[in-house]
Amino acid sequence: MPGPVDSIIWFLGIALSLVVVVCSLWRKTFRRYFFLNLYMLLSVLVSLVRLRIFAHYGQSSTQYWYFYFYSDALMTIAQYFALISLYIHVFQEMRVEKYLRLGAVLLLGGTALFSYAVVSQSANRMLTDVVFELSQNLYFVGLVLTYVLWGAIFKMRETRALLVQLVLSLGVYFGANAASYAISNLRPDMFSHLRYLIPLIGCFLPFAWAYAFWRVPEEARLEPARLAVIPPAVQR
Amino acid sequence: MIAAIILVCSVAFLLQFFVSYCRSLIGAYARHSLSSEVQDVTGITRAASGDDFARIMQLLQLCPERPEDRNELQAIRAYFNLLNFLRATFARLAPPLRAWTDSERGQCAWFAAVSLERRIAFSRDMLTQQIMDA
Repeated sequence: MPGPVDSIIWFLGIALSLVVVVCSLWRKTFRRYFFLNLYMLLSVLVSLVRLRIFAHYGQSSTQYWYFYFYSDALMTIAQYFALISLYIHVFQEMRVEKYLRLGAVLLLGGTALFSYAVVSQSANRMLTDVVFELSQNLYFVGLVLTYVLWGAIFKMRETRALLVQLVLSLGVYFGANAASYAISNLRPDMFSHLRYLIPLIGCFLPFAWAYAFWRVPEEARLEPARLAVIPPAVQR
Repeated sequence: MIAAIILVCSVAFLLQFFVSYCRSLIGAYARHSLSSEVQDVTGITRAASGDDFARIMQLLQLCPERPEDRNELQAIRAYFNLLNFLRATFARLAPPLRAWTDSERGQCAWFAAVSLERRIAFSRDMLTQQIMDA
């Protein structure tokens, strides 16, 4: 059975994901942010299955680790769709949905091929290494895509506070995950030390989204230029 | 090598997103003006200084907690600590960064002062409610 800390983090993640969906329904934004909610529901499902496998086979079992990394890679792909839906929100007036979807599929395929190419160079590595490498690369590509979206928000003077908070929290989440996977890849012995950190990072996204849906009204506006790390005057 | 590049870039992007996220939380409070009562208590009249932050946080602990602002305050405290770290390290080498961290620390203190005002109002409402119920 999972220990008390594992259980708390697990149930916290599940509860927060459900809170996102409930808040979104309550605010009547469920359909508007459908892919974000779909991702949250998928993460609840994956967490429950992980918990079952953990309880049944134990944390050090091959079954658990295979399911963990494969489901993580699949969840990252689901996050891509959530991210692309945010792109569609930002670019909705330009009517470029078709091109955005095509670009996302090409990028996803390219990342998978790149990860496979990197791992296949050393034949003695396991299949889980492919998934681990893929997760790291997917998180990083997700982070770069979020950064590009953040740039587009600046450029297009997008002022919807809810959308801005959703994008920023996704950026924090992708960044923290990409960094922790990269540390684990550089120093595999560190992965056991990051045991609680990665699931805690996983709790941040539903927490931030729940907060955004709960507290930020859809009509709220803010100036993205005020949020820049480097003020616009210095950027020039 | 690829993992090292990913690590460096991820940390850089993460910091940018984290700072912007915290600023988006502070943003709603920045335009809020303080009542004369809170100005007297905190000693802040027009602009807050980062040095006021610790004192205002102590004052906040004296007030009954509002569930609505607990998480925001934790996020701002983390952001303030990050700014202190930047100020004590990188900002020593770059004066513009020092000015920027000082301005951000002031914004954090302003945020805490607005939270203090809301907590005082919340306490008053609770007291009024209790008197009415009695």
